[in-house]
Amino acid sequence: MNHWIIAPVVLPAMLAPIIGFVMRHDISLARAASVTGTLFLAAISVGLLIMATSGETYVYKLGDWEAPYGIVLVLDRLSALMVFLTAILALIVLIHAIATGWDNRGRHFHALFQFQLMGICGAFLTGDVFNLFVFFEVLLIASYGLMIHSGGRERLQAGLQYVVINLAGSTLFLFALGTLYATTGTLNIAHLAVRLGEIPVEDAALVRVATMLLMIVFAVKAALFPVQFWLPGTYANAPAPVAALFAIMTKVGAYAILRVHTLAFGPEIAATDGVAGDWLFPAAIVTVAIGALGVLGSRRLMPLIAFSVVGSMGTLMIAISAFTPEATTAALYYLVHSTFAAAALFLIGDLLVSRRNADLLGAMPVTVQNGLFASLFFAAAIGMAGMPPLSGFLGKLFVLDTIRDPGEITWAWTAILAGSLFTIVGFARAGSVLFWKSTATPAPAPVEGEALAVMPAARPMELAPAMSALTLLVLLAFLAGPVTVYLGRTADQLHDRAGYVGAVLGTDLEG
Amino acid sequence: MELVIATSVAALTAGGVYLILRMRAFAVIVGLALLSYAVNVFIFASGRLMVNEPPILDKYGDGIYTDPLPQALVLTAIVISFGMTAVLVMIALGSYLESGDDKIDLDGPDTGTADAAGDAK
Repeated sequence: MNHWIIAPVVLPAMLAPIIGFVMRHDISLARAASVTGTLFLAAISVGLLIMATSGETYVYKLGDWEAPYGIVLVLDRLSALMVFLTAILALIVLIHAIATGWDNRGRHFHALFQFQLMGICGAFLTGDVFNLFVFFEVLLIASYGLMIHSGGRERLQAGLQYVVINLAGSTLFLFALGTLYATTGTLNIAHLAVRLGEIPVEDAALVRVATMLLMIVFAVKAALFPVQFWLPGTYANAPAPVAALFAIMTKVGAYAILRVHTLAFGPEIAATDGVAGDWLFPAAIVTVAIGALGVLGSRRLMPLIAFSVVGSMGTLMIAISAFTPEATTAALYYLVHSTFAAAALFLIGDLLVSRRNADLLGAMPVTVQNGLFASLFFAAAIGMAGMPPLSGFLGKLFVLDTIRDPGEITWAWTAILAGSLFTIVGFARAGSVLFWKSTATPAPAPVEGEALAVMPAARPMELAPAMSALTLLVLLAFLAGPVTVYLGRTADQLHDRAGYVGAVLGTDLEG
Repeated sequence: MELVIATSVAALTAGGVYLILRMRAFAVIVGLALLSYAVNVFIFASGRLMVNEPPILDKYGDGIYTDPLPQALVLTAIVISFGMTAVLVMIALGSYLESGDDKIDLDGPDTGTADAAGDAK
């Protein structure tokens, strides 16, 4: 048994209390510890990624109890990829938060940040749905703290709303798990796959209810229509680096749908076939529409970016809802892309908003480094809207190409293409108001006796995280070939249900 | 026995949902607490209802025992919902003190002044 599999959970879990209790009075000490911890996490995740490349499914039995009696962590290509993605994003966000001083505007940023990483990595690694619930709660409770970091009236109100919605979601999650346990007698995902396959369709009513409840809970996390309404308010009011980190949180929901549905509720299983899957596609289409219209209608920069995240989640879910290996490959490529595109936009938005002193989309006197910010925003918007040459274009093309169902193809193409057009128009309008019209606005005359607050130009350290996120988008576009081959193998492994069940339970799917 | 459990879960859930829909901080907190009680009883019942049976297999017994797993799950769920309620109370209090209003509603994500401005100062 390889103990490195549990390291992405244990490392932040050990580090966070140390930062919280021992280093709480010394911000530079906390910063150093947090960056070191995240660097180690990135190194471990690279190691796990290399390990998973072999194609084997590694199982970590906690307390050495055999599955399904004990809890297992499972490392395959997909979970290794997601942990790697988390670690890289965390590093970018953390450096931004430190360089801009966000982490010092409230208390316990670094401790909460590490707890958040622990929850996210755990959710990606676990092979047990109740354990998934526990890691969801860990990442949520940390995200509550991060969401209201540095306070403020609007942020606290939005934070309260976010907490209430997620608590209601957690209760629903428990109802779903209770029903699932009552009907199948297990909560291990691999064991669920076996047990659900044995249930005849006539006796499946309760299982179907549990399936639907579970998918609704995951849809809340993934911001899928009709439970997407919490996202714009939360992301727009969260501190910008936190919003950038939250880019991976919606992906946790998407990952949970992908993993649990493919393994346990998939088309091979008569009892739950088509219960949730049939709803995902129309919901994803509506989500794309909401995202596109939201981008077009926003009057502030941060909600605009938040709505573009909703739109990208819709596109991602269109690809996921097909549940074929090809579509999953496209979904994974788009998932990696949209995570970094959203993060880049939020980080650039933060640099910009903090210099304009308002995030209203209106003409204001030009700020320092107008050209630099304009080009950064332009690049990130191109990535998010899905125009060439960045990876968003390839990702959307890939998604369009893999939707083959004749009943779905018209809807999917219309939604994605029209959604992209709306997003482009929305971003173009925002960019021209922010950068072009502002140059025509004269600077206000300095008021007598009042020092004019001039924001300093962005230092290289502040620009580096946003730029590295953009660089990753460029790399993802350039290395699309090798990346797609790898993601294709990842998708094949995910859809190899017998392989997963065999690795976890040591039996074949029928046994 | 089944009837009592089922009615109490139903009553707690109905009360919880009603209170959450009130959209006032205090009502919502009580509503979420009721919902978490409901779900705890529900999970407890998911291992089948047994009266006066041990949660372990008896070596000489005829195999009648109550399922221990839901008890462990409920314990986890209780701890988590207790902690979450505490966090919720603190955040609701903070929000009330900041805004002087206990409504759980935003003016809309698109209106109001950006408070990033306040942070930058």
